[in-house]
Amino acid sequence: MNTTTAARTAPSRAATRRMDLKAALPVVSLLAVLMPMAIIQPNALSYFGIVMLLNLGVPIVLATLSQLAVITANELDLSIGSFVSLVACIGATLLVRTPWLGCLALAACVLVYALIGALIESRRISSVVVTLGLSFIWNGLSVLLPSPGGTSPEWLSSLMSFKTPVVPAPLVWTALIALVAHLLLMRSPAGVALRGVGGNSGAMRRFGWSIIRAKALLFGCAGLFGVLSGLALLGLTTSADANIALRYTLLSVAGVILGGGEFVGGRVSALGAVLGAITLTLASSFLSFVQIPPEWQIGLQGLILIVVLSLRLVFRNRGGRQ
Amino acid sequence: MKPANNTTFFATLRDLPWLWSVAGAVIVGIAAMMSFGAFTAGNMLSAASAFVVFTVLVGLGQMLVVTSGPGNIDLSIPATIALSGGVAMRVMAAHDGALAAGIVAAVGTGIAIGLFNYALIRLLRIPPIIATLSSSFVLQSTAISLGRGSAAPPPMLENFALSHVAGVSSLAFVALAATALVAIALFRLVPGRSLSAVGQNARAANLAGVRVERVRCATYVSCSVLVAIAALLLASFSGGATLDMGADYMLLSVAVVVIGGTQVSGGRASPTGVWGAACFLFLINALLNASGAGAGVRAVVYGGLIIVVTTIAGGSPAARR
Repeated sequence: MNTTTAARTAPSRAATRRMDLKAALPVVSLLAVLMPMAIIQPNALSYFGIVMLLNLGVPIVLATLSQLAVITANELDLSIGSFVSLVACIGATLLVRTPWLGCLALAACVLVYALIGALIESRRISSVVVTLGLSFIWNGLSVLLPSPGGTSPEWLSSLMSFKTPVVPAPLVWTALIALVAHLLLMRSPAGVALRGVGGNSGAMRRFGWSIIRAKALLFGCAGLFGVLSGLALLGLTTSADANIALRYTLLSVAGVILGGGEFVGGRVSALGAVLGAITLTLASSFLSFVQIPPEWQIGLQGLILIVVLSLRLVFRNRGGRQ
Repeated sequence: MKPANNTTFFATLRDLPWLWSVAGAVIVGIAAMMSFGAFTAGNMLSAASAFVVFTVLVGLGQMLVVTSGPGNIDLSIPATIALSGGVAMRVMAAHDGALAAGIVAAVGTGIAIGLFNYALIRLLRIPPIIATLSSSFVLQSTAISLGRGSAAPPPMLENFALSHVAGVSSLAFVALAATALVAIALFRLVPGRSLSAVGQNARAANLAGVRVERVRCATYVSCSVLVAIAALLLASFSGGATLDMGADYMLLSVAVVVIGGTQVSGGRASPTGVWGAACFLFLINALLNASGAGAGVRAVVYGGLIIVVTTIAGGSPAARR
C-alpha cells in the first residue's frame, strides 16, 4: 500500500523512537533504584559497596540470560530457579568429590534442557506445564543428591572472589557477560535467526530453518547459562541446598521484562535484561537498607514486579500502539 | 494396542479424556491390593477418601483456569491456601459459634484473591503466569504477617473433618458436591459453556456474543474460592492452619489437571479426570512411601508423570499454529 519512500521512512522513524523509549526503561528504573540508595547510604557506591551489592547479582544476571533465551523462543521457563539450585548442589557434591562425574552430570543437564526445547516444539505442548513438571524433577534430584556440605571447588571460589584493580570485579563480570550475550544474540547471524524464530516461526520455517533445532539450541543455551549461574552462585556462597535459588524464577522473568523484552515475538534485549537483573538485585538490597520487616520482603519483591510491569505499560503506551 | 480399529479407538479416547486417569487409578489400586493384602489396601482407600479431597478441590479450581485458554494457569494456589486457611482459623478462633463467620471469611478471602489476580492480569496485561506468581508473593507476605500463632480449628469442624461414614471420609461428600456443582455449571449452564468457548477461541467467543472478560474474571474467582474451601477443610483436618500447608498443592493441582485429561491449551475440562488423577497420584504416593522412597523420588516421579502425560496428549494444533 505504501509505495513512496516517505511513507516507508515514517514508520521506521516511529519504530526507532519506540525502540529508544524501550531502551530507556531499564536505564530509568536502574537510576530510580540507585539514586535513593546513594542518598541514604553514600558508601554504597564505593568499591567495596559495589562488590557487596552486586556480588550476588552475577548469578542472577546469568539466570536472567537463561530466561532470555527461552523467552526468545516464545516460551517460559518456570524451572530455572530449581535448576540453578540443582547445579549448585551438583557443584558442591559431585564436582568436589569426583570432578569428571560432576562435569558429566552438568553436561547431561544442558542436554536435557535442549531435549525439552525440542520436545516442546515437536509436540506443540505448553512450556509452562512442562517446565513446571521439570522444576519438580530438578528439585527432587537435588534432594536425592548426597547432602551438600560447606564445600565448593577451589577454583570456583577463588574465581568468584577474585579482586580486580580499580573497577569492582562484579561490574567487570557483568559487563563481560552482557557483551558476550549481546554479540551472540543481537549481532551474530545465528542470533538474529533465532530471534526470528520467536518473531515469526512460520516464515523462518519457509526459509528452510528447522524450528525444532532452533528451539533445542535456545533451550540448550538456557541450560548452559543456568549451569553458569549455579556455579557462580556456588562460588559466592560456597554452600548449596535444594532451595537456594528458587526465587530466581521470578527474578529472571522480571529481569527480562524490565529490560524491555516482550513475552512473545522474539523481541528481547540482552543488554536490557542484564540491566534489569542488576536493578532487581539492587532493589532487594535496597529493601534491606530501609529495614523492611523480613516477612514483607518477599511481598515487596512481588509488588516491585507489579510496579515494573505497569511501568512497561506506561512506556509502551507512550511509544505508540503496536 | 489394537491397530485394526485405530480411528474409532482414539475417537472414543478423545470423547472420554478421563478414562486414562481412572484406569491408572484402578490399576495402581489393584497393584496395592496385591502387594499389601486386602485389609491394608482397604485402610489405604479409606485414608485416600480424605486426602484426595483437598487435591480434588484445588484441582477443580486449576482445571477451570486452565480451561479458560492457552497460557492460563494459577500459580498463587499455595499462597491462597496459606492466606485463606489462616484468615478462617483466625476469625473462628476455635469457637464453634463462629463457624459460619469462618466459612464466610474463607470464601470472602478466596473471592478477594481471585479478583486481585484477575485485576493484575487485566490491568497490567501480563500473562496470567506472571500475574499470579507475583500476586502469590504478596499473598504469602500477608499470610506470614497475619499468621503468627495460628489458631486451632473449632471442635465441631475438626470432628466433621475427621469423621467417616461407612469408611468414607465425610470430606469426600463435600468434594463430591463441589464436583457435581462444577460439572453442572461447566456442561449444562451458560457460564460454563462460555468458559469452554473462550478457552477454545476467545476471539470467536467474543464475536459470538460471549462476554469474554466477565467469564475470565468469574473463572479466577471460582478457582480461588474452591482453593479457599480446600484450605478451610485442610486446616480443620490437620488441626490448624500452617503457612506451608499449601506447598504440595502447586504441583498436585497442575498434575491432576494434566493427568486427568483436561486439555492444557484450554477449552476442554474433565472433572471426572480430576478425581481419577487425584486417586492415582495418592496411590502412587502410598506405594512409593511403602517402598521407602523419600520426598525426592516422589517429586521426580510426579514431575516425570506430568511431562510424559503432556507429551502423549500433545498440544492442540489449532492453538499453536
